[in-house]
Amino acid sequence: MPDAPGLELIRGEIEQDHPGAVVDTSFAQERAVLVVDAAQVLPVLRWLRDSPGQGYRFLSSLHAADYLPAEPRFAVHYELLNRDRVERIGVKALLADPAVGDQGEGPRTDTLARPQAPPGQDPQSDLPQIDSCVSLFPTAEFQEREVFDFFGIVFRGHPDLRRILMPEDYVGWPQRRDFPMGGEPVTFTYNERNYG
Amino acid sequence: MRARQLRARDMLRGDLEGEELERHVEEKVVMTSFERMLGWARSNSIFPLTFGLACCAIEAPIAVVGSPRYDLARFGAEALRASPRQADMIILSGRVSVKMAPVVRRLYDQMLEPKWAVSMGACSSSGGMFSNYAVVQGADKFMPIDLHIPGCPPRPEAVLYGFNKLQRKIQGNPDQGWRARYGAAGTEEWARGGPRSAPSAEGDEAYLVARELIGA
Repeated sequence: MPDAPGLELIRGEIEQDHPGAVVDTSFAQERAVLVVDAAQVLPVLRWLRDSPGQGYRFLSSLHAADYLPAEPRFAVHYELLNRDRVERIGVKALLADPAVGDQGEGPRTDTLARPQAPPGQDPQSDLPQIDSCVSLFPTAEFQEREVFDFFGIVFRGHPDLRRILMPEDYVGWPQRRDFPMGGEPVTFTYNERNYG
Repeated sequence: MRARQLRARDMLRGDLEGEELERHVEEKVVMTSFERMLGWARSNSIFPLTFGLACCAIEAPIAVVGSPRYDLARFGAEALRASPRQADMIILSGRVSVKMAPVVRRLYDQMLEPKWAVSMGACSSSGGMFSNYAVVQGADKFMPIDLHIPGCPPRPEAVLYGFNKLQRKIQGNPDQGWRARYGAAGTEEWARGGPRSAPSAEGDEAYLVARELIGA
């Protein structure tokens, strides 16, 4: 685990090779995270993987999060592991929702109302896009599919970007925070009293 | 024992006559209608489908209820069938996800008549705690269910009790038990007057039989 000064050292070294790639760092609860410009996430991951002295060669997790009121809205998280030193480092790539940017009026909540083109046919200009890291970490393939399935984040260069858990004809990105919960309301007295 | 065997042999040969024949028939022969006998045979030789959906499958016939401790074989349902073509009963043991629902429906459609579907546990009956986008809110949204067993998961005894209920249903006895237990005889009309209670000859007949059975 790089400590807080170590994290800043890593940031400085990346800054020399890829200026402007690292936007910010965060060190909280013993967890070091590099906040990265989404356009340069691949060079940073490659640097962390291949640089002598770093060697974060194992991608232990790739996932996304939706921070809806915040801007930019999405973040793709990469958790890297150096298995020799048992050190972990997180990389967080911030992604704006392109459907909001051209409107310029804050987050829209009508994700479902937007027409959704099936993957592969449309350049999907409506969806946030980021480079796929399958070329660096082959295990990312299914994890990127899962992120695409639930958040609608398109990974450019992914070999087979389809839904993985939801049915293939499913409409919408269910883990987004503006996606309706689904299910059916149950008339428990608690619900009636508090929400009815 | 030996004497009875000899009597049976004599009867088959046609040697049994008179009072002896009368007594033998009285002891050995039960008169019933063909439908009742058929229902009795069906209800006591159910082949469940080897099929599990989620955590309720741990208690479904595959594991606990079929094991020697609870022994579903007592009721003639120990022969699990891995093919829906050979199965009589499907037990939905667990939540049905949106992606799984067409598969379950297809399995049900592949089963040959007569067939029965049991929804086991809260999740397959109502969605349970999974009130979200991924789970079907009650399996009766996409297929007919004969019996709902409540519980999360139901105790094996509850599954056995539900199975016995299903047997009674198969035998054509519509007794649901609770009317007699809670003294609710004669209070069914409010449920029959609703918008969904379209009158049907079978329904009326079953209703009359039920009234008769509980002595109303």
